[in-house]
Amino acid sequence: MIDPRVVRGVVGVAGLLAVAEAAGRAGLMDTRIMPLASTVVARAAGLAVDGEFLQDVSATLGVWAAGLVVAILLAVPVGVLLGSLPRVEAAVRPLIEFLRPIPSVALIPLVALIAASDARVKVTVIVYAACWPVLVNTMYGLHDVDPVAKDTLRAFGFGRLAVLLRVALPSAAPFVLTGVRLAASVALVVAVSAELLAGGAGGIGVYIIKAGSGYRVDLMVAAAVWAGLIGLAVNALLVRAERVLFRWHAARAGVAA
Amino acid sequence: MLDVVNLTHTYGTGPNAHRALGGVDLTVAEGELVCVVGPSGCGKSTLLRSIAGLVRPTGGGVRVKGRSVSGTPDDLAVVFQDYSRSLFPWMSVGDNVALPLRRRGLGRAARRTAAAEALSAVGLESAAGKYPWELSGGMQQRVAIARALAYRPSLLLMDEPFGSVDAQTREDLEDLVLAVRGHHRMTIVLITHDIDESVYVGDRVVVLSRAPAVVAADLRVDLPSPRDQIGTRELPAFVHLRAEVGRLVRGKPQLSKAPNGPSSIDKE
Repeated sequence: MIDPRVVRGVVGVAGLLAVAEAAGRAGLMDTRIMPLASTVVARAAGLAVDGEFLQDVSATLGVWAAGLVVAILLAVPVGVLLGSLPRVEAAVRPLIEFLRPIPSVALIPLVALIAASDARVKVTVIVYAACWPVLVNTMYGLHDVDPVAKDTLRAFGFGRLAVLLRVALPSAAPFVLTGVRLAASVALVVAVSAELLAGGAGGIGVYIIKAGSGYRVDLMVAAAVWAGLIGLAVNALLVRAERVLFRWHAARAGVAA
Repeated sequence: MLDVVNLTHTYGTGPNAHRALGGVDLTVAEGELVCVVGPSGCGKSTLLRSIAGLVRPTGGGVRVKGRSVSGTPDDLAVVFQDYSRSLFPWMSVGDNVALPLRRRGLGRAARRTAAAEALSAVGLESAAGKYPWELSGGMQQRVAIARALAYRPSLLLMDEPFGSVDAQTREDLEDLVLAVRGHHRMTIVLITHDIDESVYVGDRVVVLSRAPAVVAADLRVDLPSPRDQIGTRELPAFVHLRAEVGRLVRGKPQLSKAPNGPSSIDKE
């Protein structure tokens, strides 16, 4: 059977589209500014088979993936290090709290001065934005490691490194993946924003700018819809991965609740 | 086998310092099962954690087989009260039991065989492929005991091992420990707040005073083996000993003479 929550979600989306369509047709909204819902859906469907747009999508996904991977490779080891060395963490924490709220988009002009290519500018700001959720969640995951679990292994004579590898890391892994999931969403937002601001050869953001310069609002909105759908799909995929990989975590949380 | 010599431990410093152990002396012979009881918060767990090398005591020492140890002794296993936290939820039951055997340098197949043997010793031969959280509390604690047994420790420490299970399971687990203790000539130190339990499973009952803890009494349990949950508990000797331990734990003067005497109970 279909999950009733899915049914409700579909009803909600369909309802919103219907209201938007009716408002447009009734003349409540200027369709030159906000095209009809049916127009947007049709354009979005058209974009799915538009080779030029698909190249832009793959360009966006390329910088997104590159930025996310670099962010993970940087933030997970640093998070593990800080999470297991409380004194170092205390020293670094103020810096993290200062840097974290800086909007990465605000760094684009600065990075553009330094970086050699558009792609590097994009990847750099994506890395900057995506690092924080991964770093903070990794640190949190390491703090959350049960001292009884660590003591158990220590009592069997395992050393610090073995306790880190066999208890702390597996125990923190679900938190790390949650951080990655949050970072993936942020990275997509920043990728498109960077394309809008820094331009470049291709990307969903570049496509939107081109569509805008031709006053094709319908295409602008349709491209934005695709950006949203990609974000939704990435999130859903990672939620699914969390459930499958870390079934034990959910099972335990269920017991504790 | 185990000598604890004038062990002291103080948590913190300055006016907020808490003296948990005030000089504990304890000797456990090889193969003995000694129960340690005492009032709540008296430092029983601190004593166990000091022996296990999980806290570094501020004074005194621990000797195992005559050798002074700092840190965790070799051939040691600990069973904690909180099985759900002590077992690793991301591993199957079989892997949980097999993991410490890496310290023994055993290959994969040998680890698996040893784990299966230990699980069957606690009556869980069919649970190896399950996850700990799929089992009941009593079964999880059996897994924790199997993990300790598989390691073949010469010294087994148990910290309130049956404190989180229901009464029926508790009796089953008490009998399980009595049944498996002979397997590898293990020496067992079992910490409990349950006076009945200490007399039922112990060869000796060591009573700690209030914190800072010292040994208030050290009583030999002369009850016939094998012990029986109903029969043993109705023996006059059991009833008498239980009452005596109870009085000692409460810090009241005892009626009959104990080997070490209660002289240190009121010592601050």
